[in-house]
Amino acid sequence: MTTGAHPDETVVGLEVHTELRTVTKLFCGCPNRFGDAPNTNVCPVCLGLPGSLPVLNRQAVELAMAIGAALGCEVRPSSFHRKNYFYPDMPKDYQISQYDEPINVNGRLALPDGTVVGIERAHLEEDTGKSTHVGSSGRIHGADRSLVDYNRAGVPLVEIVSAPDLRSAAGARAYVAELRGILVATGASDGRMEEGSLRIDANVSVRAAGGPLGTRCEIKNLNSLRSLQRAVEFEAERQSQLLAEGGTVVQETRHWDENAGSTVTMRSKEEAYDYRYFPEPDLLPLAPDDAWRDRVAAALPPMPAARRAALLALLDDPATSQGDQVASVVDLDLDRFVTTATSRGVPASLAVARVANELAAIEGAGDLDADNVATLLELEDRGELSATQAKAVLADLAATGEDPRELARRRGYERLEVGALDALLDELIAQHPSEWARYVEGDERLSQFFVGLVMRATSGKADGKAVVAGLAARRSTWSEGLGDLGAQRRPD
Amino acid sequence: MTTAVELAAEVRGGVTTARSATEAALRAVAEQDGAVHAFLHVDADGALRAADRVDAMVADGRDPGPLAGVPVALKDNLCTRDMPTTAASRILEGWTPPYAATVVDRLVAAGAVPVGKTNLDEFAMGSSTENSGYGPTRNPHDTTRVPGGSSGGSAAAVAAGMVPIGLGSDTGGSIRQPAAFCGVVGVKPTYGMVSRYGLIAFASSLDQIGPLASTVEDAAVCLEVIAGHDPMDSTSLREAPPSVVAAVDDGVDGRRVGLVRELVDGADRDVVEAVERAAAALEAAGATVVERSVPELRLGLSAYYLIAPSEASSNLARYDGVRYGLRVDAEDVTAMNVATRTKGFGDEVKRRIMLGTYALSAGYYDAYYGQALRVRTLVARAFASAYADLDVLLGATTPTTAFALGAKTADPMAMYLSDVFTIPSNLSGEAAIAVPFGAGADGLPIGVQLLGPARAEPRLFAAARVLEAAA
Amino acid sequence: MSALTRADVAHVAALARLALSDEELDRYTGQLAVVLDHAQDVAALDLEGTPPTAHPFAEHTVLREDVEAPCLDRDVVLAQAPAVEDDRFCVPRIIGEAP
Repeated sequence: MTTGAHPDETVVGLEVHTELRTVTKLFCGCPNRFGDAPNTNVCPVCLGLPGSLPVLNRQAVELAMAIGAALGCEVRPSSFHRKNYFYPDMPKDYQISQYDEPINVNGRLALPDGTVVGIERAHLEEDTGKSTHVGSSGRIHGADRSLVDYNRAGVPLVEIVSAPDLRSAAGARAYVAELRGILVATGASDGRMEEGSLRIDANVSVRAAGGPLGTRCEIKNLNSLRSLQRAVEFEAERQSQLLAEGGTVVQETRHWDENAGSTVTMRSKEEAYDYRYFPEPDLLPLAPDDAWRDRVAAALPPMPAARRAALLALLDDPATSQGDQVASVVDLDLDRFVTTATSRGVPASLAVARVANELAAIEGAGDLDADNVATLLELEDRGELSATQAKAVLADLAATGEDPRELARRRGYERLEVGALDALLDELIAQHPSEWARYVEGDERLSQFFVGLVMRATSGKADGKAVVAGLAARRSTWSEGLGDLGAQRRPD
Repeated sequence: MTTAVELAAEVRGGVTTARSATEAALRAVAEQDGAVHAFLHVDADGALRAADRVDAMVADGRDPGPLAGVPVALKDNLCTRDMPTTAASRILEGWTPPYAATVVDRLVAAGAVPVGKTNLDEFAMGSSTENSGYGPTRNPHDTTRVPGGSSGGSAAAVAAGMVPIGLGSDTGGSIRQPAAFCGVVGVKPTYGMVSRYGLIAFASSLDQIGPLASTVEDAAVCLEVIAGHDPMDSTSLREAPPSVVAAVDDGVDGRRVGLVRELVDGADRDVVEAVERAAAALEAAGATVVERSVPELRLGLSAYYLIAPSEASSNLARYDGVRYGLRVDAEDVTAMNVATRTKGFGDEVKRRIMLGTYALSAGYYDAYYGQALRVRTLVARAFASAYADLDVLLGATTPTTAFALGAKTADPMAMYLSDVFTIPSNLSGEAAIAVPFGAGADGLPIGVQLLGPARAEPRLFAAARVLEAAA
Repeated sequence: MSALTRADVAHVAALARLALSDEELDRYTGQLAVVLDHAQDVAALDLEGTPPTAHPFAEHTVLREDVEAPCLDRDVVLAQAPAVEDDRFCVPRIIGEAP
């Protein structure tokens, strides 16, 4: 690379660890649960007590295979290795993982913008315990002791390693967002980054466009999309500046400091740690048969990209701003609210908008009954409820789960009886003869006058469209010469 | 001395009680163990309570099982709930596991009465029990001599008549070699036949638990009790184990026996002669004995001393002072790990950890550990080839009779060389039995070794029984 | 002769969290070198066509159903711990993140 050339291409590869939604841990029957009292979900195996042995969880394998299938990987026979290093949160001081024979290889992930990112591998491994640092700052530096909870030790993880195919911080974020959606869709992960279910390590380097790969730095343990994007942005710029000034990038591991808004060196050693991988003698090779692999692939539910496409197909004009709404509906797993409504004739544009905006804002929206919501949307579509009224009834529906028609009635939103509207119209027309005369003669503005009167008289319950129709009908029969009646009513 | 089979029959039949047998065992321990030091821990109260439970069952008309009332000794690398488990290391001094090894539960379920935990080379690393962190065990035949190792305590306890049955573990010969040195029967089962759950791991792909007993039949009964699939051990064989007790009296008529040159070459003359006499005894009983050379077996020693320490270096990493056992405090956790392990581990353990770490390390894996795994394939194939036309292989168990305490401690390599005949079976994972057969000119026991393919225990026991009768 | 040096032994000792005195370093280097010399017969073989055997019998792994089993009682777990604080295992300060 020429000194002084400002490398402007960012290259990012991501390693995403997801905890698997199994009932029990990877190698023992302890519960896989977040938030329990420390050291209550442990046994000789996950504590690594002398003499303990691992036994592989079938469901963890199934979920790992589902992830592989969803990412278009080759799901193949695999084996386990020990990754040896000392750390207090590791009960055995080695981690059982997969090394050169991982269960899933060679997949791909297509981003909404069309970018395709290669998936090199997705393998199984066990999680570590959690340590909290006690003493001065609560951070690891300055603590004088640490406290370790092994509840999380042995929880199943799948580590998904991408090829260095991403070219921006935004792209990295989009990749993780899409991957998260896929992992949640397969049922393998709950995607809760705030609970640590999903963790990201980013490998970032820069180079002159078209040039060879630059030295990369690894930023470990990013736990939100926002910090991922900010960290990658910062790191790319840091490296770029460094190179532009004639310096060299040192291959190292860095940590993202959220408060400072910068990455900082974690380890100054340039050599990679020697993990001394060797085949795990306590576990035999894993070889899921074709029948199992086929079953897993066949049972995969539709992935977010396919679901977005399906919703977009319902909209008359797919290239609308409702693309964001569709993405939001799928991301929040609320598709069925749209499809139930559209299957009952509600226009997709209305359904998508209401689900993406109003329904999504409700906590626990996913638990609502889709038929009830569809009924509500039908009422709005038919004009029986205004948009404002529909939103209010939706809130009631979320609180009570009752039939929206009943809820509308309780709020006083129900439609006036046809007969009652007719009687009222006749009465109002009699009370306002001069306005009626002008309307009959063709002054359309007076229809709004009468609509206003009707609304005041009915406290807004009347359907505006029905009032206008009723006025127009009376005008035409008036003109057709119910003449003596008309003559009677016409002012002298 | 009453055998386990006889004793169990007497207890079940109401002729004697488990309590009286246990009291006798405890008395024997009290009288003799001062000189022998087979035991690291004796649980008299627990043993008597267990014995009483057995007697209550008998009184109730229920069958306590095939080892009813039989006092047993457990090598101290087997986890027990009510007795400490130290692996003869200071790093686990006083540690009492919150769970028991599967084999222990199975013994107890069969009516056996665990009397105590026996001495071993620290973490099962050694061939003399001199590497114990709690002092050596002495050979009951001659207390200036080693009992062998690493299961020296269990072998000595049986040889001294303290208990009829002991459990040991065998990674490179650690049941068979002490059995030979102490003049008792020692069995290394097919890998996976006996669950390793609760066995403090030394080398996971080589370790197996097995019985030590004064008779072939007792060893067979014990093996039947402890063998069988265990869902807690992923390497445990899934198929039901073969019956061995029924096979003990099958004899060897028509059996093809191979006397393996590489399992005899280099042994003392006494030992070689004992093996030749054993061959003759098998022939007299109807077997055909031929000489056979299996040169690949010579590579076994080196491969073993790369594989075993490598796995051990990883298995012993967990002893870091964090969760149990010894802790030597320090300013930071790494310093604490170092101080704890440096103080808690003995020399041989440290040597093997470092050797194993080296053999696995970047740049050396292929030449050492990786290569050793290939040699393992060679050894397995060589045995398979031999078993194509042979049923059983015969050889020495050890090159010498029991050596003197201190004779080999200065030179680790000299100690390792005493495993040369036993190691190949651990590498291939196949079964082998050491059977007492005569004595050396020094009057010390000699054990000959019978080897067979995987799951061939029945024919090995049958051959062992023939030799036992002829000895 | 194997190329095992004093520096090699010092390096693996550190990796294995063992501290050696100078005397021990010398002694162990000598002893380990002897063992590795012996292992040269293995290292020197051309075994390219021979696959490695990691497990004696190449069956495929057993799988366990995803069903809860009883855990250990926390009091029992912590009773054996060298130091406990807040129901957690207490260790002296950790310097640096995991490698």
